[in-house]
Amino acid sequence: MQYNQTLTTGVSGRNIILVGNPNVGKSLFFNYLTGSYVDVANFPGTTINVICGRCGQDAVTDTPGIYGVSSFSEEEKITRDIVLHGDILLNIVDAVHLERDLFLTQQLIDTGRPMVVALNMIDEAENQGIKIDIVVLKELLGVPVIATVAVEEKGLEQVRQAINEAKSGRVLSVVEEKLAELPDTISRAEKLLVLEGDPIVSARNGVEPGPYRTLFYTERRNWINKVVSMSVRETSTREILGSRLSRWMIQPVTGIPLLLLTLFLLYQLIGVFVAQTVVAFTEEFIMGEYFQPLAKAMVGQVVAPGTAVNEILVGQFGVITMTVTYLIGLLLPLVLGFNFVLALLEDTGYLPRIATLLDRILTFFGLNGQAVIPLVLGFGCVTMALMSTRLLGSDRERRIATIILALTVPCSAQLAIIATMLAGLGPGFAVVYGMLIFSVFIAGGTLLDKVIPGESSSLWIDLPPLRLPRMGNVFKKTWNKSKEFITEAAPLFALGALVLGLLEVSGILEAIENALVPLTVSWLGLPKEAASGFIMGVIRREFGTAGLFTFPMSDIQKLVALTTITLFVPCIASAMVIYKERGWKEGTAIWVGVIILAFILGGLINQLLIFFISSFPSAEPLTMLGGVILIGLAIILGFSSIIPGSFRSR
Amino acid sequence: MTLDKCKRGQRIKIMNIPNEVIRSQAIRFGISEGAVVTCEEVVPAGPVVVGMFKQQIAIGRELARSIAVQPIS
Repeated sequence: MQYNQTLTTGVSGRNIILVGNPNVGKSLFFNYLTGSYVDVANFPGTTINVICGRCGQDAVTDTPGIYGVSSFSEEEKITRDIVLHGDILLNIVDAVHLERDLFLTQQLIDTGRPMVVALNMIDEAENQGIKIDIVVLKELLGVPVIATVAVEEKGLEQVRQAINEAKSGRVLSVVEEKLAELPDTISRAEKLLVLEGDPIVSARNGVEPGPYRTLFYTERRNWINKVVSMSVRETSTREILGSRLSRWMIQPVTGIPLLLLTLFLLYQLIGVFVAQTVVAFTEEFIMGEYFQPLAKAMVGQVVAPGTAVNEILVGQFGVITMTVTYLIGLLLPLVLGFNFVLALLEDTGYLPRIATLLDRILTFFGLNGQAVIPLVLGFGCVTMALMSTRLLGSDRERRIATIILALTVPCSAQLAIIATMLAGLGPGFAVVYGMLIFSVFIAGGTLLDKVIPGESSSLWIDLPPLRLPRMGNVFKKTWNKSKEFITEAAPLFALGALVLGLLEVSGILEAIENALVPLTVSWLGLPKEAASGFIMGVIRREFGTAGLFTFPMSDIQKLVALTTITLFVPCIASAMVIYKERGWKEGTAIWVGVIILAFILGGLINQLLIFFISSFPSAEPLTMLGGVILIGLAIILGFSSIIPGSFRSR
Repeated sequence: MTLDKCKRGQRIKIMNIPNEVIRSQAIRFGISEGAVVTCEEVVPAGPVVVGMFKQQIAIGRELARSIAVQPIS
């Protein structure tokens, strides 16, 4: 396998694989073992990142969290292949959820690979009155077991030592027995997967998938239940902390107000505090008052003002001025804010509960509650969210979620700029804008559910215990994600500014703007400079949004511009993900479709407002527009309820 | 009866999970056929939350409708 070679390049030692259920702290082990050397590898054919690093002579690979090894999901396929090529498995289990986690442990043991088990979060288990007899557990599993508290680095050094003592554990007797049915040309670990009926591994070895999945799974489950009952003693069965809160979160009567309250607080934090107060300081004060004049003065020393080069460096779309101002002054605070909020939501365990709460509603769009995760992530970064659509159960759901994300969900950076603009326009505009985007979301989702063939899957989601976020962890996550975003965005921004600067200086920009006059001026009613905003929007969404406001516009023009740019194409990065995930045909269709729809809707708003103002001078045009949006939504929903063909099963 | 008909707090025994993939997935979570679980929460017209050991799984209404269970008094 190609990736295996690249993984081990320059590494003479062993290939250590970290495996575990989601949310057990694998990355903490990874960070400890590898130190700071981290190398993000993009796995062939997928977009899920597999992280590799080095620990002395050994290669260490982190894998996506899974509940078992087979081909049920993309994560499982990736992890399966990495496990099959590993030398030593380091299995991390959550001490609080041994019944669940040890199932994977036993499956890994059944592959016959040498391994070590790290019993993580042992402190939390003790707090909940769960006492685990590690000696017994070690005996039953037949592999080294080390208790750890990874967030406090407790036990991690022992884990590092134990890797040298890794050994094959006690394989289920029923598995041993059936292994003999297969020829020895197949590797020991692959034999297990073949017997369990894994179609891909079977095809690779040119044999029929085995019939023993249910048998093995049932035996394994029974054995693990026995292991747990022999090694775990619960000293108290008191109710888990937060179970009442958990109930409130998923029951609509309390859950919806709670969700609205959360969203309101988030808006106050991001939309008001960060987007207005902080950005006013960083963008207008630091950048506007100090950085830009300084940059202009310094560049002016070398390149005379008024020349083309000077214009490209520090002019309207200056590579230096525009890139730094937008990136550091505007986006950095916003992205930090959003990633902070996302990290908080992830860490507390609130997200899967929102998924449970909203499951019923999302089924109207042909999705299930699980789609909340890409949709919420979309408000952080659409590109990231598009990748996470892989979590969804069926291709149909992935398609619907991709289109909704591309069309209606603004990413954090864009949303923040929009929030700032709307704050300046007053509540009426904000309400109409919100109604419009929300209506497109609902109408789009409902129609997609009707027209896209196939079947959607039902919700099946693990609700992790609610816990107070560990702030150190949250800050670390926030910082890492924001840093990643800024380093990824910086070159694209600079490139975008350069392209625009060149177009501007050479006069091509003006030609494009003039060519697009029928669209921008006549149909959308915007100044012709808006064309450059849309071009910038292709490079990065928020870049285009910001670009739309570099020239003066009336309030109505701003509303039209905001609507169009929100619905407008996703940035290059997310477009590339769409192409990768959906193929070039469907990708192009989504891309072109979204652009056309954005311009149609933006123009419609403009034309309607002009019509209202000229025909009904005494009426409030915004109120009338709001009414029309509601009527339009009602018509589409009514229409879609007539179309036959809802697809649902499972 | 089926899982979607359960009441909160009811102890139930899982009798049959027709979908093969879901069945395997369920076994991993400890919900094998014959396992006794608690119905922890029923969201009106929405998912059913099933509790087993110290974990909770939210199961969509449609899927819950296909899972046969038996109440345990």
